[in-house]
Amino acid sequence: MKIIVCIKQVPATQNVQIDPKTGSLMRWAATTKMNPFDLVALEAALQLKDKSSAEITVITMGPNAAKAVLTEALSMGADKGILISDKAFAGADVLATSHTLSYAIEALKIDYDLLLCGQQTTDGDTAQVGPSIAALLNIPHISYVRKLISNPNTFTVESIINDDRLIAEIKKPCLLTIDKDFAQARYPSYWKLIETINTPIQIITLADLKNPDTINHIGQAGSPTSVLKIYPPVHEVISKKLSGKSKDIVNELVDYLKDEHLIERNSHE
Amino acid sequence: MSRIVIRHEACTLCEVCLNACPFNAMENLNGKIEINSNCKVCSICVKQCPEKCISKIEDELFQVDRSLYKGIMVIGEMRQKDLHPVTLELLGKARELADKIKAPVYCMIVGEELLDAAQLCLSYGADEVFVCEDRELKFYRSDIYAKLISERISQIKPSVVLVGATPSGRSLAPRLAALLKTGLTADCTQLDILDNTDLIQRRPAFGGNIMADIMTTRHRPQMASVRYKVFNPIEEIKNPVGIIKRLSINPDELLSGINLLEIHHEAVSESITEAKRIIVAGVGVSDPEGLKLVHQLADQLQASVAYTRPLVERGLASYTHQIGLSGRTVQPELLITCGVSGAVQFISGMEHSEHIIAINKDPKADIMNVAHVAVVGDAYEILPQWIEALKKGSFHV
Ligand SMILES: Cc1cc2nc3c(=O)[nH]c(=O)nc-3n(C[C@H](O)[C@H](O)[C@H](O)COP(=O)(O)OP(=O)(O)OC[C@H]3O[C@@H](n4cnc5c(N)ncnc54)[C@H](O)[C@@H]3O)c2cc1C
Ligand SMILES: Nc1ncnc2c1ncn2[C@@H]1O[C@H](COP(=O)(O)O)[C@@H](O)[C@H]1O
Repeated sequence: MKIIVCIKQVPATQNVQIDPKTGSLMRWAATTKMNPFDLVALEAALQLKDKSSAEITVITMGPNAAKAVLTEALSMGADKGILISDKAFAGADVLATSHTLSYAIEALKIDYDLLLCGQQTTDGDTAQVGPSIAALLNIPHISYVRKLISNPNTFTVESIINDDRLIAEIKKPCLLTIDKDFAQARYPSYWKLIETINTPIQIITLADLKNPDTINHIGQAGSPTSVLKIYPPVHEVISKKLSGKSKDIVNELVDYLKDEHLIERNSHE
Repeated sequence: MSRIVIRHEACTLCEVCLNACPFNAMENLNGKIEINSNCKVCSICVKQCPEKCISKIEDELFQVDRSLYKGIMVIGEMRQKDLHPVTLELLGKARELADKIKAPVYCMIVGEELLDAAQLCLSYGADEVFVCEDRELKFYRSDIYAKLISERISQIKPSVVLVGATPSGRSLAPRLAALLKTGLTADCTQLDILDNTDLIQRRPAFGGNIMADIMTTRHRPQMASVRYKVFNPIEEIKNPVGIIKRLSINPDELLSGINLLEIHHEAVSESITEAKRIIVAGVGVSDPEGLKLVHQLADQLQASVAYTRPLVERGLASYTHQIGLSGRTVQPELLITCGVSGAVQFISGMEHSEHIIAINKDPKADIMNVAHVAVVGDAYEILPQWIEALKKGSFHV
């Protein structure tokens, strides 16, 4: 079985700040890590490999530095790492990212059975890239997968959508996005790390993407959405402040609930 | 559209830009500064470069003819036999946007036996409801739903498509957008429209600490997803005049790569999304004593109890009872927070509640800025007395 897992490098902190005067972002991405949801997706692939033989390829679109997450994935048990990197990919939104990843997957010519994505990223936070890739590759997908079994021509999966727990069979090849509760990801193995530290990472650039449509669908030019402006959140509420003795506060709270008709005194009293 | 270019001849490799870039989008590759795929074209580097050798340039790019597209379309969602209420909320917003640009409101529903749902859409602001009915469409399946809907959208040509950011909406919307080769902005918290039909889509970005206004100016339709309980439906129209159109479906459009074997409907009785009153326990009241007080207050006010993320992470409550960006969005008539600081990720899940009361020791806590009643005090002192007062006063809710 051949599995491709899409992973992304994200900033290690969520504490992005904005300079209120200039309205620009303050340095934020100084330290990075693997998107935690992608660790779970990789774990799902590794569990399939534990059960039967499987070859796992991890791919990421990102800067040169994103090699680090590929190396980490290798030390967890993935077999091959591929970096999709070119300055032409800069400024990509969801659609352009999905196009780039799907063109790269086609160019790799891996006869894959399964494509896995994390549920979402902690920086983009859109949960959109997975289903978009599936659409572009014209394969079915199921989101929020919690259990996964491989059959000869299909996978049997369990997923929770809305308030329904679904058990479904999905044809190979397909894309699944893995729910964060699927499993706890394993730790990288020290020995594997030593073993894989020098494994070469294949790099795919614009020149390797053979699709003739490519140039119109990647990077900033291939991104339909653009950010008009960013700013710190503002909240405007007229509020009343209560402080002082607890007894007085409680009286005021009870009065407030009464005035707003949130409680009524029992009529028989 | 714009992109960043570097005049390498003038570059001294001082790496000021490298350190200024918030996204790690600049790298020194073998003595040449290169821009990588992380670039968001924010232009911070342009301002910072001491040699002024970085600039932003505008490219001529594809631009759709906006006048070929008209109307706001809501993709309806079925939950069992009923319309998911998020559909009516989206119709409310669609009506408001459409009235502003004098355009029609469309709704499209896919499923089985949809007549009642379609009627309901008319009563809540749709001018035209398109239904795709078939037994095979009873439950959502990504491949056939997306294909079916995208092909109909290509014919109807609305300028805006709104989808509920429910779990199935989150699976459907990006697949639809990719097939339509257009932009999709997820989890919008506010929408507005310009006279030229460009939609302003506001959403939290970068983990929620920052808000962003996002636009899809060059492509149509513009797609946005919105969570349940963010917008409000309009008042029910008594005798709606809109029309329902049944769309024909080809049998081969029903061939899916997905075969549903079992569907178990999990109990929703406990869901906090539907609760009218909610008491929220935060880190400030997370010991057994504090949680007991919160539950007692909830009993007195017949409210449900919800939690901030740290409590859920500690295993004190289930994920379904977490409020916020990575939990549920709620809009109850009464919401009381106890020992909650009011991080933006939390606030984004509850700020639309009707009455918000916050109890916090710290008068500077952020929650105080969104509360209608901001109580500065110790929850362990106030809660017992409040519970007692409600008991003694014999109030009912
Ligand atoms: C990407 C991302 C997504 C997130 N999503 C969510 C989410 O969905 N939901 C969520 O809740 N959080 C979320 N968070 C976490 C969020 O940033 C905060 O860490 C969290 O909301 C804080 O919870 P808290 O207010 O309970 O705790 P704290 O921030 O620790 O606040 C405790 C408060 O209690 C007060 N207090 C202490 N003792 C008392 C007392 N005796 N009486 C009265 N007041 C007292 C303190 O003054 C303090 O203000 C997310 C974070 C990230 C990065
Ligand atoms: N740049 C990228 N490279 C590889 N995979 C990605 C990238 N961006 C997103 N993904 C995949 O898509 C999933 C959802 O991302 P998002 O839509 O950003 O929330 C992630 O969990 C990854 O599996």
